[in-house]
This record gives sequence, C-alpha cells and structure tokens, in this order.
Amino acid sequence: MAGASKAVADSRANLPFVYRQYSAEQLKQVLYKMYLIRRFEEGAEESYMRGLIHGTMHLSIGQEASAMGICMPLGEDDQITSTHRGHGHCIAKGAEVKRMFAEFFGKTTGYCKGRGGSMHIADVAKGNLGANGIVGGGIPIAVGAALSSKMMKTGKVVVSFFGDGANNEGAFHEALNIAAVWKLPVIFVCENNGYGMSTSTARSTAVKNIADRAAAYSMPGVIVNGNIFSEVAEASYKAVERARAGEGPTLIESKTYRHRGHSKSDRNRYRTKEEIEDWMSNRDPITLFENELREFGFIDDKGIEAIRSEVAQEIADGIEFAKASPSPDVSETGNYVYTEQA
Amino acid sequence: MDAMVRELSYAQAIQEAMAIAMEMDERVFLMGEDIGVYGGAFQVTGDLVERFGTERVIDTPISELGGAGVAVGAALTGMRPIFEFQFSDFVTLAMEQIVNQAAKMRFMLGGEVSVPVVMRFPAGSGTGAAAQHSQSLEAWLGHVPGLKVIQPATPYDAKGMLLAAVADPDPVMIFEHKLLYKMKGPVPEGYYTVPIGKADIRREGRDLTIVATSIMVQKALDAAATLEAEGIDVEVVDLRTIRPMDKQTVIDSVKKTSRLMCVYEAVKTLGIGAEVSAMIAESEAFDYLDAPIVRLGGAETPIPYNPELEKATVPQVPDIITAARDLVKGVR
Repeated sequence: MAGASKAVADSRANLPFVYRQYSAEQLKQVLYKMYLIRRFEEGAEESYMRGLIHGTMHLSIGQEASAMGICMPLGEDDQITSTHRGHGHCIAKGAEVKRMFAEFFGKTTGYCKGRGGSMHIADVAKGNLGANGIVGGGIPIAVGAALSSKMMKTGKVVVSFFGDGANNEGAFHEALNIAAVWKLPVIFVCENNGYGMSTSTARSTAVKNIADRAAAYSMPGVIVNGNIFSEVAEASYKAVERARAGEGPTLIESKTYRHRGHSKSDRNRYRTKEEIEDWMSNRDPITLFENELREFGFIDDKGIEAIRSEVAQEIADGIEFAKASPSPDVSETGNYVYTEQA
Repeated sequence: MDAMVRELSYAQAIQEAMAIAMEMDERVFLMGEDIGVYGGAFQVTGDLVERFGTERVIDTPISELGGAGVAVGAALTGMRPIFEFQFSDFVTLAMEQIVNQAAKMRFMLGGEVSVPVVMRFPAGSGTGAAAQHSQSLEAWLGHVPGLKVIQPATPYDAKGMLLAAVADPDPVMIFEHKLLYKMKGPVPEGYYTVPIGKADIRREGRDLTIVATSIMVQKALDAAATLEAEGIDVEVVDLRTIRPMDKQTVIDSVKKTSRLMCVYEAVKTLGIGAEVSAMIAESEAFDYLDAPIVRLGGAETPIPYNPELEKATVPQVPDIITAARDLVKGVR
C-alpha cells in the first residue's frame, strides 16, 4: 500500500480490495487510463467515420474495468496476448495512445509501422505480445511465453485475454490443458461480453459459465463482475500470486458487455435497445469506479474534471501526432517478412 | 574440413544436429509427441531425453495446434524450440498457428519480433501407412511468405540444414521423407551448416536438367546412372529449399542443358513442379529450351494402402528413366 499511512490503512479496512491495496494516486491513475481507453476508442471511431482510418475495428467500450483490473497487478516485464478487441489491453499494459493512433492511421510511427493496424496492435517493449485476428489464436502463444518464463526462470507471468467466442475453439482447450499439465505461470482471462459476434453464449456454449471449463483442466475457475474494477483486480492479483508461486494457471471469467457492435458492420439485430441501454446507464464500468472513488473519498468532482480534460488533451495530441506522421513508402512493402540478414 | 567423417543414417544425422544445437545453446529444446522415452515415432530423437532430461526433451499431449502454438510463443519470447510433428499430415491440425501466427508475426508487428521456431515433419509415402500418414504437404507451407521450407535429401544436408534452421531467426519448416531416415551417408562430426535457400547440383550433365526434391533426388540419380549407359547425360539439381527458392541455380542449369524435368512426390497439380516450370518460363532460360518442360509428380489421388498401388502413385526410377529418354529423344 504505497503511500498510505497506518491510519489511512485502518480507515480503509472495510473497503473493497483495490482501496486497501493501492494508493490514491495509483487509483486516480486507473481512472485516468479507463477514460483514456474510452476516449481513445471514441476518437478512433470518429476518425474511422471521417475516413482517416480504413479497414475495421472492434471497440471495447464498456469493458475498460476488465482490461485495467487484470493488468493492475502485472509488472512491466509481465506479458499479455490480446484479442481483436484489444485496444483496452494495450493501453492498460502501458502503450502510448499517440503511437496507437499512428498505427491505426497506417503510419510509420505506429507500433507496427503501419503493417498491423487495429487488429494486430502490439507493444512488445511493454509486454504486449500483440492483438490477434484469429479467435483463440493468442492462447497457445501465451502458454508458450509462460513456458519461456519457466525455462528461463525470469519470473514473468503471462496473461492471455480472449473473448467468450474463443472458449469453443480447440486452441483454448489444448492450451489450457498443456498449461495445467506443465503448471505454467499463465492466466487465462475470458472477457465474456455475452456475444461471439451475434451468437450469444447461451446459444453457443454448453456450460453456464465459461469459468466452469476450468474444472476440466484442474485449475481454479473464477467468475468476476467485469465491470467492477476492484473485483477484477482482486481476482487477477490472486491469480498472479498463484502463478508466481509456481502453482500453475487460473481461468478468470470476467463478465462484461460491449456497448458498441461487434465491428463496424454490426447492425445490432441480435440484442435489444433496452439491453444495451441498461448496460450503458446502470453498469458502466467507468461510472461505477468513479462513484466508488468519490464515495470513499479518493477523488472529488474537481479531480475527476481534471482527469477528463487531461485525457481529452492526450487524445487530441495523439490524433494530431498520427495525422502528422509519415506513411510508409510503397517500396517498403516487402519489409519485415523475414528478418533482415546483415 | 578436418572433422572426422562417419557414415550416419539420416535419422542419426538429425539427432546429432539436435544434440549439438542443445549443447551449444541452452535456449534450444525439443517438443513433440512421444519424443521422450519412446524416442519419437521414427526414433529420430532416440535417447536424447537421457542426455538432456525431460525439461528439454518435452513430450506434449496429442495437441498439434496447442503444441505448435506453444512452440511459437516460446520462440517469440526468447527460446529456440524444435517441434516435431509425429507425421507431416498432422500439420493440418496446426495450420492456424503456423500460417496465421508464426509466419506473419514479424510482419504484422512491423519487425519488432521474430519467431525462431523449427518444425520437423516426417513426410511422404512408402511405409504402408495409407492416406492420412503418407502425404507430402510441403508446397502448402511453401505458399506462405514468412516461412522457410526445406527438404534435405541426404544425411549430410539433414544435419547441416537443421543446424542452419536453428540458427535462423525466422520459422523454418523441415520436411523429412520417412524413407530417408534409414539412408546412410557421410556426415562430419561437430558443427557445420548447410545454407537455407541454396540448391545443390548433385550430378553434372549436358542433356537434361532434373530438378528433384527430397527422396526423388536419389531416384533421379539412380535414373541418371542408367541413362548414362544410353548416352544421356543428366544433370540433377537438388532443390533443397522450396522457400526461398534458389532460382539462379535452376536457371543456369537449364540454360546449359536446354531441357527441364521436375520430379517430386507431392501431388503433381499446383505443386513445386508448377512453380519451377513457371519460374523457368518467366526467365531468360525459356529461350534456351529445346523441348516442353516435363513434370513427374504424385498421382491425383490420396495415397493408397496396397503396396503396389502405393508405389504406383508416386514417381519411381523407371518412370524417370522413361520420361527422360522420351524428353531427350524428342518423343514428347
């Protein structure tokens, strides 16, 4: 509890996990980053509408607490594999939004020098091994990274983010089994937002909870309300401790919701306006966290306003940076297919 | 090279290469199905588990997709895995991790990472293992930018190319014909590499270039010995690497002989023969051709179980002799 005196600690004894575990400064930083994720995606969406970004993108608006909560106990050396809905993970793991915007704009200053775009956004220096266009594609890779950690004794923990859709991919099952048999330091995080594109988990998945799958692989299966930052962070914290202690993997199911459609082609025909409205109005993760911070006296309205305006500035600066950055030259199309040999 | 040269089998040569790689670099380790105490389905890993322990010679569950993905992830994060598929046919279960992940990771991430994984595939027919254990699928992977795909044809190359593959920063897929595992040949002791991307002229000749891969190299050499007695002088080019292909060696050979035949075991259509033929047709060697190009490849069927049928589905030495004779004498 960095920075918190004993008196402060005692006064927090009955509060939820994160308010006991982290300093006010750290928690304000979390709120900042949740807003940063939200505004980044809104900024990306707007840029897309204005034709500045091509292709498609998958927005995680509504899932910010999940990304932030899972990454909260991770160190910079720890690693993640992410998904097609991975902007939040990328920011939560420490990426700079200006280089993310630059990537979305296809510029050389982007994280992937304009070769990857939204669906392959990565920040290897900060431990994000990459989003993935293949559902479940990152799960075995995370297990491989965890094997590296174990073999090289680096102490790194690896988190594999995936959605509910991935729980019916073979890669999910094979990877969980291998990780459990070999007791690898990996955490499987299923962000269950209720729908694999248009197909609900009720229609796609035989078990009631995806966390129930953990039983088949002899690992803890934990269900959290993915829209409550403290709940997610607490589950992640325990899973990280377990992984670092060499006790093996954990499956966390973070139940959440995406406010936007699956991608830019979605007409939202598979869910009702009332359902979407309910999640947006009553269960928005940023609102919930902000209310708690205020209620427990970690921040006041002025502090919140300051965060919002700082975030707005960082987003505006990021978009300007992306716009001003150079595009790759067409003559460089063949770069990075193979490692350049001296 | 001063190193002592012994006769080793192709399988022994691979095993020796893996042992050397593991001794030289602690990041190198082996993964695969039943490669530990069992020694691998074809005894290629053999007793390596006794020398290097179960932490570096790792038996995986029967999970080709998961296992391949774990190897990719380990390679991405600093290790140097050598992943054995029990049969090359099982690559069909792991294509996602190889084609979408391993091959593209460096590119998608703008050069920020590399994936130095080696995958070994026991391939080909001739063992009576029937349609799902006898295929030659190397061209599938050869179609994917980001991968390197090699087919060593001798024990010497099997060792040297494997060591080159381990040293390579990019994913290298090695297709090893199962019938070659027992083939013996001279192999120097110690470390050496045979470069990836370089074809080898196994036999020089003036009348006809045969571009062959894997086990077809030896069959082409056997055919060439017979044809020599008839006054037909065959040049045999062992392609060795199908991606990136050594075009120049083939072009130069065809310019010299003015005739080209491609011999490979995989299904003839849309395969390596088509690629080599088209490459020659597009090159300056086209003007040197005195006859149409000939492809001898596998039949357009799955590999059958019956031994006579099995043999009939892939090119054999007499087929090569007949086709070469017809080509040189202008029957075609």
